[in-house]
Amino acid sequence: MKILVTDQAGDEHELEGLDGWRTMEVIRDWGLNIKAECGGACSCATCHVYVEDGWFDKLPPPSDDEEDLLYSTLDKKPNSRLSCQILLSEDLDGMRVTLAPSSAKE
Amino acid sequence: MSTEITTDVVVIGAGPCGLFAAFELGLLDLKCHFIDILDRPGGQCAELYPEKPIYDIPGFPVVTGQHLTDNLMAQIAPFAPEFHFNRMVNSIEKQADGSFRLATDADEIFHAKVVVIAAGGGSFQPKRPPVEGIEAFENQSVFYSVRKMDDFRGQDVVIVGGGDSALDWTLNLQPIARSLTLVHRRAVFKAAPASVNKMQALVGEGKINFLTGQIAKLDGADGQINHVHLITDAGDLSVPATRLLPFFGLTMKLGPVADWGLELNDNTIVVDTEKFQTSVPGIFAIGDINSYPGKLKLILSGFHEAALMAQAAKAITSPGERVVFQYTTSSTKLQKKLGVA
Ligand SMILES: Cc1cc2nc3c(=O)[nH]c(=O)nc-3n(C[C@H](O)[C@H](O)[C@H](O)COP(=O)(O)OP(=O)(O)OC[C@H]3O[C@@H](n4cnc5c(N)ncnc54)[C@H](O)[C@@H]3O)c2cc1C
Ligand code: FES
Repeated sequence: MKILVTDQAGDEHELEGLDGWRTMEVIRDWGLNIKAECGGACSCATCHVYVEDGWFDKLPPPSDDEEDLLYSTLDKKPNSRLSCQILLSEDLDGMRVTLAPSSAKE
Repeated sequence: MSTEITTDVVVIGAGPCGLFAAFELGLLDLKCHFIDILDRPGGQCAELYPEKPIYDIPGFPVVTGQHLTDNLMAQIAPFAPEFHFNRMVNSIEKQADGSFRLATDADEIFHAKVVVIAAGGGSFQPKRPPVEGIEAFENQSVFYSVRKMDDFRGQDVVIVGGGDSALDWTLNLQPIARSLTLVHRRAVFKAAPASVNKMQALVGEGKINFLTGQIAKLDGADGQINHVHLITDAGDLSVPATRLLPFFGLTMKLGPVADWGLELNDNTIVVDTEKFQTSVPGIFAIGDINSYPGKLKLILSGFHEAALMAQAAKAITSPGERVVFQYTTSSTKLQKKLGVA
């Protein structure tokens, strides 16, 4: 399965997604510019992505903790999610996301 | 006037690797002072995952971040390291006699023969809330921590957040503030249940104003706020406020480490693998902050690095003295230092 990730510079990368992995882990392990400071503990919001229309609605709704964190970012949009809270599975094959500016490393 | 402290070793960062360094240095009779921007020891273990289990600490099939921190604190207690929390090390300068002078943002000066940088992923710093123009009020009427309670006496205080910091300061400041409003996005809190109950009791007595909503805008001039505009479930509101304390969590920033003139590699400090010394003799770097071929960012690696660093540090503080290698199991000398023999 594949996911398509647009980085902060606007370049799109096709990444091999792994079933059961967190989207954040795939983006991080492929070396894209994602800070993911808390390692997926849903406590930092530095894995913030925008999920493209059509895919956003397929995701299970965010937990209250994820929503709280998203509200703490400067660049939240209606299609914002934390990529560490998106578990990859076959039905997300082809999902398109864009890294939020606030996810970039220093 | 600034406070001046003289010691053998200053350790920057009280994360797990820095804490264990105090043990290895203590066995060699070196006295440590810790400086950390957080208000407690543990670094990432205490701040990012206190309740999460760690499975790869030798001898502990499972241990939480907080439990590991507590155990490290107990292990180093015989050496009585001194802790200076809530301050950031801003600068390190080498002196003519080879020692170092460190300055913190709390106006203290430390003199040390050796400096150990155990700054991990960088210094934890408060996150700025998404409110336009907030920078103009920072450190005058908007604060991200409470350093002096007196700054809040007789003020109209607004606190934003739903975690322990927000609740603790709501309870601490309520008796001295003129008015106190707590704002959180929802009526569910991540703080200790006892604090939440106390806060709710004070709301019931009319001593605290609690609102569910978000801050939208600040009004004021010359660094002084006078109103906080909120978007609440019940509509837009403007609350009189002379002090704002937003608790939006912390983030790690490399911070001043980058300006200390040390050789860096992608935001980490280059060290050798014999002593874990940086490009400046006498300054060592251990744990997540350092880089060398094959580096693994694991707590285990930092412990190993601390042991080798301590031997090299001793050679600097006591030049010419022969350090005899000893085991803690069999050396009565070491056991005496640990207070067990
Ligand atoms: C969610 C998560 C899970 C993890 N799980 C594991 C695991 O299972 N096993 C494992 O081995 N590792 C794990 N890690 C990694 C582990 O936490 C780090 O390797 C470890 O914390 C590094 O320790 P440290 O002492 O080098 O630095 P840190 O823990 O980062 O501590 C550094 C301290 O230095 C302070 N500091 C920095 N600069 C300054 C300054 N200028 N002035 C004052 N203070 C400063 C910081 O505030 C901080 O308190 C995990 C990390 C995360 C986020
Ligand atoms: S990695 Fe920290 S919230 Fe996702």
